Parts: sequence; C-alpha cells; structure tokens
Amino acid sequence: MNRWLAGLLCSLLAVLGSGAEPAAAQMLMNGAGATFPYPIYSKWFDEYAKVDPSVRFNYQSIGSGGGIRQITARTVDFGASDGPMNDDQLRKAPGDLLHVPTVLGAVVVTYNLPGHPKLRFTPDVLADIFLGKITKWNDARIAAANPGASLPDQAILVVHRSDGSGTTYIWVDYLAKVSKAWDAKVGRGTSVSWPVGLGGKGNEGVAGQIKSTPGALGYVELAYAIKNALPAAAVRNAAGRFVEPSIETTTAAAAGVAKNMPADFRVSLTNAPGDNAYPIASFTWLLVYRDQPDETKGKALVKFLWWMIHDGQKYTTDLLYAPLPPQVVKQIEARLGEITYQGKPLLAAR
Amino acid sequence: MLAGVARGDRLFRGLARGAALALILLFAAMVVEMARAATPSFRAFGWRFLVTSTWDPVAENFGALPFVYGTLVSSLIALVIAVPLGLGASIFLAELAPAPIRAPIAFLVELVAAVPSVVFGLWGVFVLAPWLRTWVQPALGATLGFVPLFQGPPYGVGMLAAGIILAIMVVPFVTAISREVILAVPNAQREAALGLGATRWETTRIAVLRYGRSGLIGAVLLGLGRALGETMAVTMVIGNRAEIAVSLFAPGYTMASVIANEFTEATSDLYLGALIEVGLLLFAVTVAVNALARVLVWSVGGAVREVRE
Repeated sequence: MNRWLAGLLCSLLAVLGSGAEPAAAQMLMNGAGATFPYPIYSKWFDEYAKVDPSVRFNYQSIGSGGGIRQITARTVDFGASDGPMNDDQLRKAPGDLLHVPTVLGAVVVTYNLPGHPKLRFTPDVLADIFLGKITKWNDARIAAANPGASLPDQAILVVHRSDGSGTTYIWVDYLAKVSKAWDAKVGRGTSVSWPVGLGGKGNEGVAGQIKSTPGALGYVELAYAIKNALPAAAVRNAAGRFVEPSIETTTAAAAGVAKNMPADFRVSLTNAPGDNAYPIASFTWLLVYRDQPDETKGKALVKFLWWMIHDGQKYTTDLLYAPLPPQVVKQIEARLGEITYQGKPLLAAR
Repeated sequence: MLAGVARGDRLFRGLARGAALALILLFAAMVVEMARAATPSFRAFGWRFLVTSTWDPVAENFGALPFVYGTLVSSLIALVIAVPLGLGASIFLAELAPAPIRAPIAFLVELVAAVPSVVFGLWGVFVLAPWLRTWVQPALGATLGFVPLFQGPPYGVGMLAAGIILAIMVVPFVTAISREVILAVPNAQREAALGLGATRWETTRIAVLRYGRSGLIGAVLLGLGRALGETMAVTMVIGNRAEIAVSLFAPGYTMASVIANEFTEATSDLYLGALIEVGLLLFAVTVAVNALARVLVWSVGGAVREVRE
C-alpha cells in the first residue's frame, strides 16, 4: 500500500515537474475584459504562440467593466473594453492609459414578422420604437421607409439585452446620437433604464425571445446575427443611404471617421460619415499603459500589438469581426511607438 | 491508552468547534465585506433604496423595490404550485404506489433535481414561454380576466413563466425530502389509526402528515430557499423589467437576476455599491424567511410534543 502511494507521489511530482519546466521559460501575459471580442482574441493568442512561443496569454473575459477595474488596479498587463473609458475613469488610473483599437463590431436590428419581409429603418423610427412612441408595425413612418412591404396591424414587442453589455452601449450610443429625446430621457450606458420592452440575457436570450414571439424587434451583435441567419434590417446612415449590416459596411464606418480620428482613439463610430458606412458600429479596444512597468514584458506586448493590427487582422473575417481599415492601422502604428519603458520607446525599429 | 483516547477526543472537539466557528466567522465576514462595498449606495440613498422603484444606471439613481417584489412573488407562485404537487407525489411514492415502481419514480424525481438551471431556462425560453403565450395566457385572460392578476398582453415570458419554472425546479426537492419524512413516520402510527377504523386518507392525514409536519415544513423551506436564490433560469424567462406590475403576465425582475445581469459591466463605485446592496438585501430576505420558517417549525414541533405528553 505504502509503496503504491509512494509510486503515485513520484509520478505526480514528475508530471508537475515537467509542467513547470517550459512555464518557467515562458512569459505569462495577463489580460482581462470584454467578452464580445473574446473569440478573436483567443484565436490571436493561439496563432501568436506560433509566431513567438516565448509568450503565453491568459485572457479572462469578465466584461468590459471588470477589464477597466483590473487594468486600473494594475492586476493585469492589459485590459479590454467595448466602450471607451470616460475621463473620470482615466483620471483614476495610476498611469496614462492608451486605447488600442483591435477589431470592429456592429449591432443589427432583427425582428420576427410573418412572411419575413426585408425591412429598412430610419434612425428616428428606431429611436421612437425604443422610446415607446411607435407601437404598431403598420405605423405610417415604418411603412414610408418600406414601400410594398406588408406590415401587419400588430403590436411591436421591443426586446433588449438584460445583462450589461458593450452591444447595448453601441446601440444606445447610436440612439442617443440620432434622437435628442433618447439622449435626454435615457442616455448612454452598458445598461440603461429602458422605456419599454423585455430583457433577454445575452445575444441568445434576445434572439430566442424574438424568434419565439411574432411581432418582436430587438438588437443583436452582427456576428451572432450572421451565424444564426437572423433577419437584419437595413438602416439609413448619415449620408442618407440605407445600408445593410455586413463586415464591409462596418469597416467602412471606421474608414469614415479616420479623417477626424482623435489622438486617443476614444471615438464613437455610430452614425459615421461615408456613403457605405453602416451606422451602428464600434471599435473594441485593448487598454495598455503608455509607460510599461516591465521592460521585457512591455516589449513583448508591443510586439504582439504590432502583429495584431497587421498579420492578426486576416483572421477577423472568418470569425465575423470587421477588420480595421488601412488608414486606422497607420494611425495605430504611430501610437504604438509612444509606448515606453522609463521614457524609452519599446517598439523595435522597423 | 486512556489518555490517548481523551487526547483524541479533545482534538476532535477542537476541530469540530473550529469548523463551527469558521462558519460563523465566514458569515460575519461576508456581511461586513458586502456592507463595506455597499457603503456608497448606503450614503447616497439610505432607506429610500428599499422603497423606490427607479433603476437607472445612467443617471445612477437606484431603488431595489421591484427586485424584492419580483423575488418574493416568483417564489410564492413557485410554492403555490410546487407544494401540493410535491406533497402529493411524496404521499403517493411513500404510501400508495405499488412497491416495484416506487424506487424508479423516486430516482427519476431526484434526477430532475440534478438538471442544471440553465437547461430549465432554455426550455423555458423555447418551450414554456411560447406555450404560455399561445395557450395558457389567452385562456386565463378569457376566463379569469376580471382578476387583475391575469390582465395585460400575453408575452409568454414574465412573472408567471418564472414562477412555473421555479415550481418545476422546486418540486423534486419538496418531493424527495417529504418522501423521506413520510417514510420515517413509525408504522405504529399507521397501524394505530387503521386499528381505530380510519380510512387510508384519514390515516395519511392524521397519523402520517400531522406526525411529520415539522419535517414537511422543512422540505417546503428548502424548496423556498432554492426559489429565492435561483438566478439563471429565472433571468431567462422573467422578462427582466424593473417594474412592479400587478399582472402575473407582465415582466418582472428578481434580486439574484439583476446582480447576475449587471455586475460584470458595473464600473462606477455607486453602481457597484447599489448592486452589492441588492445582494445584501437578498441575504437579509433569505435570513428573514428562514427565521420565520424556523419559528413556524418550532411552534408546530411544540404542538406535537404537547399532544404526545
């Protein structure tokens, strides 16, 4: 019995030992935050391990709020957020935090109507539906944008996300931009006090509620809508054209704001200019300190970020994220050069 | 030799006492830590937090009343449905069912208790809610529509759906424990009642249920405990709307659900504090309900003892 135990212990130690050996040589990069980009981030970390095997990433998708809290407390090497940090949050951070855009996402309007007509919405109609001012599908203003569509005399059941999420932030940011009433009454946030409607948990909760309720209308992430072949409405953009949500039109929204890009990339892409820009789109960001606390780690992080905005972008469309437009990649390149360790730039000369 | 045994006893007593103390300390530490984190919310809202029903994360104006209401009402619906069902099933399993099918059915009932709540939730979204919307709610509205409880448009999801899902989750608990309680009633009780000429029903009612009532109340309470704290399945079918509506067809919200929904994205201290205060409130409601139940069990237990004396 004792010999058997000893044998077990020995083999256990051997397993532990062999596990510990490569880990010692590897650098562990910790990150935490947004759940929306988690699939593409894990794909990147996998692919990057082939490029630079010395770095191992550990990313916890705990939500944007958690990501901001953790990077502010410096418990992780990088944070991730679907919404930009506000000035107040930036002031609370112990150092200068940079926002690095990684990919783009979009939010689509989906619905359940008999006959599955292809619908088009104007911004004011969307806002008024979510404000509870338009309550019927055969409302004259919905009909005006959809000549020929058969719209039933049925109540609209609004479905929104019940969990706090970046998707909600993008959606209400859009509504606040196109409707003064929304801005004044509800405002922007990852959760808001909804004037009407039911809450579903996650994209799947919203989509499930819509699928099972004729007359329902709500919003989900673009990737989720494509994967599940949900009907998606075209929305009229700032240029006055009805644009279908897609990966290309989402990237076009980022290209639209590239001309007036603020230096810190804290920019909202909703209602972006550009003929082909889908109006309900957003960046998602990684949050890194401008002055890195550790030289080796900082170097590795900057190297990864550089890879991410160049080679990494080719993995985006497979996972249904929209890649960064080339103009924006150029702008981020410049910003990566500003990441330093004790004043010394960490980006290797190219 | 004897001294060795005594030392072993002392050691065991010490360990057991340590475990008991650790539990109390853990409880205290949780309360203190949560109260500390909820301080911004205490300061900002005070007692208003308990009686107002605005929940606006953008304006940072928070009141928890709709969540307390939702938790209590959904749990109450669950008990109203689950207690007769569970009690009936347990009486059948322990007293009436033919011997060969008792064990398989009891096993199946306990199996339902092991189903993860998210599975119940999914079933609720895709099966229960559409069924409620197309059949049950219109029928209830047509027949009992004069009662405010059954008015309003049928969405499927809402307070009623949440209560039914909870009932289904609670039934196996109530059934399994009630069955154990009934089985533990000494046969002499039944024989005495039957000997006095009681019918099967009278025997069950007088000799079995009355004898085991403190245990049966315990079974119901365990079920209630599960209903109060259940999060996932409820969130998926309750509609998640922070409003107090009389109608059971209307959407509602529970304390556990709002915490699960909003905690990950709550960034400001006040918002986080308000959510933690909701958690503290859930804690308090659970403790209050359990204390009430304890008192109930004691009073019933006392009655039984008096009868026996």
